Amino acid sequence: MERKTNVTAQDGKQDLVITREFDLPLEVLFQAYVEPDIVEQWVGAKVLKLESKKYGNYLLEVSDAQGNTIFQAHGVIHEFTPNRKIIRTFEMTTMSLGVQLEIYEFEKLTETTSKLTMHVIYESVEQRDELFKLQFVKGINNAHNRLQKFAGKTS
Amino acid sequence: MKLRIREQEISRDIFQAIAHPTRRAILALIAFQAMTPNAIADHFDSSRQAVSKHIRILSESELVTKEQNGREIYYQLNAQKMKEIDDFIEPFRKMWDDRFNKLEAVMKKRQ
Repeated sequence: MERKTNVTAQDGKQDLVITREFDLPLEVLFQAYVEPDIVEQWVGAKVLKLESKKYGNYLLEVSDAQGNTIFQAHGVIHEFTPNRKIIRTFEMTTMSLGVQLEIYEFEKLTETTSKLTMHVIYESVEQRDELFKLQFVKGINNAHNRLQKFAGKTS
Repeated sequence: MKLRIREQEISRDIFQAIAHPTRRAILALIAFQAMTPNAIADHFDSSRQAVSKHIRILSESELVTKEQNGREIYYQLNAQKMKEIDDFIEPFRKMWDDRFNKLEAVMKKRQ
């Protein structure tokens, strides 16, 4: 299977680039970033606020079954050019990983396909690597849970 | 040739280190803050001795480093070592891949 999503992160740098090609027309892909009710469906967080315009801001939240906030993120939109570009900040209030600058570029490939390039700049190399670490630890836990299920172990 | 042997040693050590659920739980615990052996052991029902054995295995794999601070020893995750694993950023890529797959599925349904 081809790899549709690519992550490029150079050692010792404080940024990374994520690219992804979609089987979606450019306008449809862009729409997924604009409409709060759509964003909610694929981001997996409640969209409490999303003003898709220059100087607009947004607020995302995830709560547990008891209604306690377990994840909250917010930011300000710096540039909003429909079907082309979004620049925004992103900050998790529930974790001290600083603020990141996100530059999204949307491109038309064919009538039915499009490409997203996400350039993310962190405050420091350490903060970028912390996020890799977080997913890595989650990843090894998930992988082993799957492995154990497969092997029928119950440890 | 030498390089290959070294790679094998690294992956075996790391694989052994993460092969036990308690050790994975320890890694998750200290991923964001350095902790003393006692503080780590408090999170487990196993004996302090058992926990310290797991910490030792993690230390030997160099996935975990220790730092002396006064009379206390603190253990923390060694990001540098983790970068030696070929697919250190793979879980991060996978997370985004899953998220984008979902985006694609949601939008296809609406089309």
